[in-house]
Amino acid sequence: MSDRYSQLVNSPIGSRLAGQLGLPKPAVLRRYQPGAPLLHGPLLLGATSGSTLPPVDGPRGLGALLRGAGIDVTSDAEPDVGRDAAIRPAALVLDATGVATVADLAQVRDFLAGPLRRLLPSGRVIVIGRAPDSADPVADSVRQALDGIVRSLGKELRAGSTANLLAITTALPDEQPASLESALRFLLSGRAAYVDGQPIRLGPGDAPAPADWDQPLAGRVAVVTGAARGIGAAIARVLARDGAHVVAADLPAAGEALARVTNKINGTALQLDIAAADAPRILLEHLAARHGGVDIVVHNAGVTRDKLLANMKPEQWELVLEVNLASQLRINSALLAGQALHHGGRVITLSSTTGFAGNRGQTNYGASKAGVIGMVRSYAAAFAGHGATINGVAPGLIDTDMINTMPLATREVARRLNSLQQAGLPVDVAEAIAWLSSSGAGGVNGQVIRVCGQNLVGA
Amino acid sequence: MAARRAAVVGGNRIPFARSNGPYAHASNQDMLTAALDGLAARFNLQDERLGEVAAGAVLKRSRDFNLTRESVLGSALAATTPAYDVQQACGTGLETAILISNKIALGQIESGIAGGVDTTSDAPIEVNDDLRQVLLDANRARSLAARAKLLTRLRPNFLVPSIPRNAEPRTGLAMGDHQAITTEEWDISREAQDELAASSHHNLAAAYERGFFADLMTPFLKLTRDQNLRPDTSVDKLAGLKPAFGDRETGTMTAGNSTPLTDGAATVLLASDEWAAERSLPVLAHLVDAETAAVDYVHGDRKADGLLMAPIYALPRLLARNKLTLQDFDFYEIHEAFASTVLTTLAAWADGDFCRRYLGLAEPLGELDRGRLNVNGSSLAAGHPFAATGGRIVATLAKLLHEKGSGRGLISICAAGGQGVVAILEA
Repeated sequence: MSDRYSQLVNSPIGSRLAGQLGLPKPAVLRRYQPGAPLLHGPLLLGATSGSTLPPVDGPRGLGALLRGAGIDVTSDAEPDVGRDAAIRPAALVLDATGVATVADLAQVRDFLAGPLRRLLPSGRVIVIGRAPDSADPVADSVRQALDGIVRSLGKELRAGSTANLLAITTALPDEQPASLESALRFLLSGRAAYVDGQPIRLGPGDAPAPADWDQPLAGRVAVVTGAARGIGAAIARVLARDGAHVVAADLPAAGEALARVTNKINGTALQLDIAAADAPRILLEHLAARHGGVDIVVHNAGVTRDKLLANMKPEQWELVLEVNLASQLRINSALLAGQALHHGGRVITLSSTTGFAGNRGQTNYGASKAGVIGMVRSYAAAFAGHGATINGVAPGLIDTDMINTMPLATREVARRLNSLQQAGLPVDVAEAIAWLSSSGAGGVNGQVIRVCGQNLVGA
Repeated sequence: MAARRAAVVGGNRIPFARSNGPYAHASNQDMLTAALDGLAARFNLQDERLGEVAAGAVLKRSRDFNLTRESVLGSALAATTPAYDVQQACGTGLETAILISNKIALGQIESGIAGGVDTTSDAPIEVNDDLRQVLLDANRARSLAARAKLLTRLRPNFLVPSIPRNAEPRTGLAMGDHQAITTEEWDISREAQDELAASSHHNLAAAYERGFFADLMTPFLKLTRDQNLRPDTSVDKLAGLKPAFGDRETGTMTAGNSTPLTDGAATVLLASDEWAAERSLPVLAHLVDAETAAVDYVHGDRKADGLLMAPIYALPRLLARNKLTLQDFDFYEIHEAFASTVLTTLAAWADGDFCRRYLGLAEPLGELDRGRLNVNGSSLAAGHPFAATGGRIVATLAKLLHEKGSGRGLISICAAGGQGVVAILEA
């Protein structure tokens, strides 16, 4: 299930040919390797006037924060540095929380335009702004405009670079966003390789930094459903890599693969049908008795039964909705009613671009994937009341067994319908989930983050 | 000042397959390793050094001399876990549980795994014995001339390999034929045997339906449940089968009320209560006591010393030592080598004359409640990979007792060679 076209086009001959013929040339993306530096080059940092974050060059500013992460930070405030043609930045980070008028947007242009051509491959552009808050229509429209800038930029960047927006919802400057550092570290790193053109809202919350940024989930217990293969197995592996003890759950019939995945990550295998009526009870009893509760719950288990609605049988409809949606609602309800979920808990569900855009033959799947979006938004307050968060991750086209069932031509075209011109890997989805699972992401709640390479579908 | 008792923490087996079926190319080591890996995954035992692992196989290849140790080395368990092989025919699986439990009880180890595996598909075929002798002599020969002379001893029929036979070495009779003698002597009816067989299938099917095996079994090579299970068998369907052992006209033992040849493996995790508590692992039941017995089936009495009757003799000693009666149990797990084996056992315990003459008891042990017998099915339905059955039964019974909350269970397993093992679990 590898992207042969991408391999071909990145070879010396293929590369020249593709260039001459004007064919798409997907870049090889920079992905996270334990021990590697967070960023592969210097970071250019700037701020528009009127910023409501601590001054970028001050002791509590973004500059200090990013340098603390081992990044070589160059501030735009230093004379001529931003225009220095010799420096090729790996990332451009702009504090645009101060934009309030249309004219202010020109500062965004001024900061970004110059260095864009020199951005290293797999580079990052991150704009930090304030989310519209209905207080002032002019300011709100300008803040929303940042979204348009970032999305358009995402479609212009080359060589695997991405652009994303952090939209702060807290009442700056009095209420600083809880997860700014955590979000920046995530987006700048190879973990966010397939996150592109996305606005991520940062709100209030309990978001302590982990003791070790390389083992952010150390000491935590995570349960992943559908962990025997595919994206679920990747999630289990990444959470374990980040330090969690993983309870890998799947159907008894998938037990052979489940045991293999579990043993590789020193986890615990739990065979159960999460759609069964007694599944919440069995799951929570297991978590309480064997692991003293749970910190992270990943609702990954899901099935498809694709059929045009006119031809769909009731069983196909019911199965998909039971497994993909109803079971999650029951488990979430049980988590809130009981004591199993620790303070600082994290619940993450898997949605899909289909949940936003629908898909032919997937009225049942689309219902369930849109349903979990509604679930995440609606449950946010209740989980916040427990000192926890609930979020979703919506994968775009990911290289799994599932897409190998698509006809060749359809599949190859589908791979190119995003700004990064390639399908993502299961690990990309897993990294986003691992980030949302971390203690530092406590300011992110009730959101569904797309991991889709800025897919055109439903964007 | 009783020694502490070993706790049954849980078990893992693979589904049992019919001979030459899904597991036709799986070796004993493959299957035992798979069962161990599923157990490790379930109880988070990766890289854990356990006290030891005891397992075995009845039909074993010569290269598998260290079968259990090699399986441990190939599994997710720590390589510093010692292991050894045990062989007591079909009693192996229960005997290994007793051995591990005894070391735990004595405080020599804190944790261990008992198990068993057998394949009748991946048979240990040997070179024809006459050919083997010639080859060994050739190896010993000192000169080329001497070796050449040995070649003249070769005969075409030496090419016929030596295949393991399911027969007792001293009688030449297959186990089924031995049981047919016992069945006839005790006058066990065809109906009673078929009823017991049908119950076994129905009970096993019901157990699968309610998810009983979700935490006792890990699929292997795409098999997710015991292949021999026939949920919709019936006494009527079984009545149509032809006799397979004994007299081919009047015999009552058929393929339906005898266990088929099967492949599979089973493991059980045993530990001290402290070891389990340290790891937040459940304690399902404790292994309280056990007893073995043997009968002189070669020269003894045709009715009283049947090949598969040894457990009958073991039980009274076990009951006496524990001051219990046959009725003091909530569950009975009697291995269904053949339906008539179980029925003979029950008949003997209830027979005052037999108990007086052969068991030295003033009163018969009595009847047991058939509603408590093999309630989740047994070997006739699940199949019987010889050394794996003990582990299957121990894990099943421990979970039954745990589900009930408290209680006592009896295990009885007969074995080739005229031996038997019985044990008591308590929750």
